Amino acid sequence: MDNNHTVRNLILWGLGFALMVAALSMVFVYVPTEKESGIVQRIFYFHVPVAWVSFLAFFITFISSILYLRKRTTKWDAIGCASAEIGVIFTTLVLITGPIWAKPAWGIWWTWDARLTTSLVLWLIYIGYLLVRSLATDSARGARYSAVIGIVGFIDVPIVFFTVNLWRTQHPTTIIFEGGLENSMLITLLVCLAAFTVLYVILVMQSTSLKTMEAEIKHMKNIQSD
Amino acid sequence: MNRAFTKILAIFWKDLLNEFRTKEIIVSVLVFVLLVLVIFNFAFDTGTGASDTVASGILWVALTFGGVIGLNRTFAIEKENSRLEGLMLCPVDRSVIYWGKLAGIFTFMLVIAVVITPVFLALFNLPIFLPRLALIIILALLGFSAVGTLFSALAVNTRSRDIMLPVLLLPVVVPVIVSAVKATGPVLAGMPWGEISTWLQIMVAFDIIYLVIATLVFEYVIEE
Repeated sequence: MDNNHTVRNLILWGLGFALMVAALSMVFVYVPTEKESGIVQRIFYFHVPVAWVSFLAFFITFISSILYLRKRTTKWDAIGCASAEIGVIFTTLVLITGPIWAKPAWGIWWTWDARLTTSLVLWLIYIGYLLVRSLATDSARGARYSAVIGIVGFIDVPIVFFTVNLWRTQHPTTIIFEGGLENSMLITLLVCLAAFTVLYVILVMQSTSLKTMEAEIKHMKNIQSD
Repeated sequence: MNRAFTKILAIFWKDLLNEFRTKEIIVSVLVFVLLVLVIFNFAFDTGTGASDTVASGILWVALTFGGVIGLNRTFAIEKENSRLEGLMLCPVDRSVIYWGKLAGIFTFMLVIAVVITPVFLALFNLPIFLPRLALIIILALLGFSAVGTLFSALAVNTRSRDIMLPVLLLPVVVPVIVSAVKATGPVLAGMPWGEISTWLQIMVAFDIIYLVIATLVFEYVIEE
């Protein structure tokens, strides 16, 4: 069992490393510079995968939250929490890389467009998720409460997006997807997506096993003190 | 079904009676909301009248903040006297407790809105008789209370609970606030139904979705 774990971990780490190196070299060496927006467009290969991972992470939190409330096993709580933490970090990166690109491209740091606003609201909801965990009066409560927020918050995402979309109809459309992507750019994007997805899997697994261990140690300590 | 309804009414009646005797929530929140309106008048220098968009924003910020304070109080009272435990000992389904508390909170918020909205309309020199505004207020406050009841039951068991509730609640009710503000503006300006119907639909959808979800997950919030 343990041996299998190590082998699986090695494969994942190797795959992640190889994909990351490939992604970096493709972004900075292989892919041609976009004609209109210039060098700054390369942040797109970072921004899109990071955004994808943050949504994936919150989706996993949503699923784990449901499973935790049904089954009450620490495993699902640990996965949900780990995924939410990673989701918050990645959403932060999305909110940082977005303006870096928006300033040269649109001339503004921020616009209350549907995508941007939804990301910001999402970020705030999951900060609440993490806060509840740390501020709950005991850890079992924190797990239950955060699971409830993991469900309620995730369902809010499409509603927020829909509402804000109506609110700000003049938002700039993503030219990238409308015009179709140059082949080399598409391949680079796909490699980047794969690299970041593997990174996410590695991070979740590491963080989950850490949290499970923490819970075990706490449990042992409790037994001892009793 | 009918019996569940009687039980919901019983919890609702308990909250009403308590509020009627102590006047703890409605009066304090009313004063607070009035103060928010006054402060906004200075902040935006509205003079004799504000534009419809600014006015609708002011109304909804005032009601939202007042709502958060009122919500915090309703569950804090239950907590202080260990009445929440008593409520949980009742031989009723958890969802019944949710609907009972929701009915109380929704009523308190409606009372506050009924008192404060005419004052707001008068203070900002807007037309007083606006039946469509009543519809918007009912739909928005229902959505707000649906999520608010769930989250305040949750926040009351955390440390620094006064700040926990708005931190959790406000991001989730963004769709309600956006829709309420966007629908109130045209109503204040006397524009036709077409301008507001989409926003009303969003609020109806939000209300239904969150009433169902909150009913389903409430048991996990107050179990011990």
